[in-house]
Amino acid sequence: MKVQQISIFIENKSGRLAEVARVLGEKGVNIRALSLADTSDFGILRLIVDNTDVAKDILKASGFTVSKTEVVAVEVPDQPGGLSSILGVLDEAKVNVEYMYAFVERNAGNAVIIFRFDETDDAIKVLQQKGISILPGDHIYGL
Amino acid sequence: MSQLSHKIWDPLHECLNRSDLERLQLERLRTTLDRVANVPCYQEKFQQAGVSVNDIHTLDDLAKLPFTTKEDLRLNYPYGMFAVPMRDVVRIHSSSGTTGKPTVVGYTRKDLDDWSGLVARFMTAAGVVADDIVHIAFGYGLFTGAFGLHYGAELIGSAVIPMSGGNTERQIMILKDYGATALVCTPSYALTLADRIERMGHDPRTYLSLKVGLFGGEPWSEGLRREIEERLNIIATDNYGLSEIVGPGVAGECLCKNGMHIFEDHFLPEIINPETGEVLPPGEKGELVLTNIVQEAIPLIRYRTRDITRLHYDQCECGRTLVRMDKTMGRSDDMLIIKGVNVFPTQIEEVLFQVEGCEPHYQLVIEREGTLDTLEVQVEVNENIFFDEMRKQRAFVESLEKRLATNIGLHAKVKLVEPSAITRHEGKANRIIDRRKG
Repeated sequence: MKVQQISIFIENKSGRLAEVARVLGEKGVNIRALSLADTSDFGILRLIVDNTDVAKDILKASGFTVSKTEVVAVEVPDQPGGLSSILGVLDEAKVNVEYMYAFVERNAGNAVIIFRFDETDDAIKVLQQKGISILPGDHIYGL
Repeated sequence: MSQLSHKIWDPLHECLNRSDLERLQLERLRTTLDRVANVPCYQEKFQQAGVSVNDIHTLDDLAKLPFTTKEDLRLNYPYGMFAVPMRDVVRIHSSSGTTGKPTVVGYTRKDLDDWSGLVARFMTAAGVVADDIVHIAFGYGLFTGAFGLHYGAELIGSAVIPMSGGNTERQIMILKDYGATALVCTPSYALTLADRIERMGHDPRTYLSLKVGLFGGEPWSEGLRREIEERLNIIATDNYGLSEIVGPGVAGECLCKNGMHIFEDHFLPEIINPETGEVLPPGEKGELVLTNIVQEAIPLIRYRTRDITRLHYDQCECGRTLVRMDKTMGRSDDMLIIKGVNVFPTQIEEVLFQVEGCEPHYQLVIEREGTLDTLEVQVEVNENIFFDEMRKQRAFVESLEKRLATNIGLHAKVKLVEPSAITRHEGKANRIIDRRKG
């Protein structure tokens, strides 16, 4: 039920994002989703790709600091109130969200929200109990 | 790890009792002064100070003589300070000389033999024996480091690999294939080697046959020692020297690792207040001043090393009676003064090492905004200090800033940078960028 995500430390200076994309593209790694959190000095780039381990190795070999984390992908109907209902559930169960980001699925037209939780397993239980659709890793990697 | 040898290379001179040592020192000092009396620079200096070599009757009288500085060597560039004719000189070396003219030193045949013996002393003290294979990764050239260690190791009877600097992957191949048991390089390069071995997919603790490392050429902290010892699974020892005074071979650690024994039968050490020049009592921290009492070609009298240290006269467990000097704690001339606070880069290094997983790859950038100095500590991020969550990453930066403020008494901004963002030379790491000048 979990999705593998890689996080990359990048300095806040021109060309670093492009370098990550270039390195991955050259080795045929496809990016499925991404988000960037930044400060004035540095950023943390989070990626979901079609081959996590290969991407991690390539980036490390290119001199980047990389870590692997587990996130949860939730499918939300692409309509008003879709996100709100899910956040309501999490809030009620006192599940803490570290961060989240979203994208729209190409074929189904649904929105996919990637969550990073403090307690991933507990969060999955809560979502399942409420009948919220969790997308397995393979589904996301193969999008 | 196999047991290292506790042998003493020259017990006669390394274990003298102090009264015999002082008698020998005084005799050698007077002989040296007679010889430098012919060097115009010294004639002039002594005359200006109103002293004559005939005024020197005891070791304490040394304080009556004027200091010699790097500036004197520059003014007398290249050979003006030599005390022997060029006919007797068989070797020239010089400092790296990043600013202005380099300083030039010479050696007679006897000087080279003496030098080899001095290096053999500290290499033996670090446990190096005839069975060892010694890999020397200092650059061979005008700089004294590589040749000094080379001669010392050969005198001991070790097998010397004169690798020289550069090409890290090739260094690792030769270290591995030739089975080196002792490594000679700068401490920062030892870490570069460990990094590269890891990146090649091997465990640096077991990949090589190294037992001991003899590191020098730049100041390094106890934290860096622990890091090197742990990551390469070796004993890391320090030694001290400067090209103006023989090169490596002025002092070196024994396996007790509680200070570097100064070879006092060759060098008279004094500790002075760098501001006033006043000689400080034993145990006080100050600038090390050395007088070379054996060298023939260019014996320097009361040479100001600019290195800050402290001397310990209590006897070491190893049996040597020679005084021990602490690791150098920075230099009296490149000590950083930031917002009026004296800061030694090694203090900052110690703070970084206290943080779990923090590697020593760091750089200090000092700038002046208006009239205010700012200090930025750039730290290379590795997997141990990289967090996926921004909240934790920022908390890490803040805790580092807090520790630095407590330890150096100054607010420093911590900036995380990508690995390898800080330029590493194959030799010395350039840890300080001071943009205030000019």
